[in-house]
Amino acid sequence: MSDEQGTNVHPGMNLGYTGGGEHDAEIKVFGFWVFLMSDLVTFGIVFAVFGTMVGATAGGPGPHEVTNLTSIAIQTALLLGSSFAFSWASLSMKYHEGRVRTLIYLSFAATSALFFLIFEVLDFHHLVSIGATPQRSGYLSALWALVGLHGLHVAGGLIWVGTITGQILLFGLTDQIKSRVTRLGLYWHFLDIVWVGVFSMVFLAGVA
Amino acid sequence: MSGSTEEERKERRFYGIGLIMSVVLTVLSFSTVMTGWFPRNWALPAIILLALAQILVHLRIFLHIDLSRQKREDLQLLLFTVLLLAIMAFGTLWVLSDLANRMM
Repeated sequence: MSDEQGTNVHPGMNLGYTGGGEHDAEIKVFGFWVFLMSDLVTFGIVFAVFGTMVGATAGGPGPHEVTNLTSIAIQTALLLGSSFAFSWASLSMKYHEGRVRTLIYLSFAATSALFFLIFEVLDFHHLVSIGATPQRSGYLSALWALVGLHGLHVAGGLIWVGTITGQILLFGLTDQIKSRVTRLGLYWHFLDIVWVGVFSMVFLAGVA
Repeated sequence: MSGSTEEERKERRFYGIGLIMSVVLTVLSFSTVMTGWFPRNWALPAIILLALAQILVHLRIFLHIDLSRQKREDLQLLLFTVLLLAIMAFGTLWVLSDLANRMM
């Protein structure tokens, strides 16, 4: 890596490490980027499948019946808020504000994401009640697959936040834990980017 | 926040700017379809452009991707993935929409 290391280490990386853990953490963050990009390919291909299925409603419910813009707007706000709370958690970690503050911001991020999931499940419940189940048409299969895949990622992220919270409580904010929080943060912000694609291309473009 | 340094203030402001830009872009996106003031033919291109802009804002501010040498490997990884994805996704859309047209 470059000679600038130490002065301007990886983003999120410069989290006020006390030991010499930066280099190790930087390699892990790059490895995590490789995972994120493979995940991006997964999402992208499911997006492409959705694109091929946009018109394939087979006489069933279409985008206008499926989309509840108010709920989507609320979900967007919740996820953006969650992402922002997570960056505040990273900053409080970086500037040594103590683990309590970091945990408070993390819990904001988690609560917000939990409400996001609740709204999403309510939407899915509504879809079932109007007969817009995945087996109804190609359009609905693709919609459930894409939105569901993102929802599962958020649910997985929530479990991850839970385990990280446990680790912070047990071990405190050691260099190793900071490096793990950094990777979780990348995952969290990445999911928000995917959601920008989902609400734009699936819901807004659907009713435009 | 007691004893906050110049760097910390700058960084917090940076994130704040990211949040404000994201909110503005999101509100614009939703307003193209939720309000009546936007010409209907332009809604779809506008939504796509606003989404791309917001993705760039997120990458720059929340994921810290920039053009410095430090982040070059991440940026190259990201760009190469996007290239592969563009080939696969565009190819899928092209082939399958062509197929759908011919099956009409």
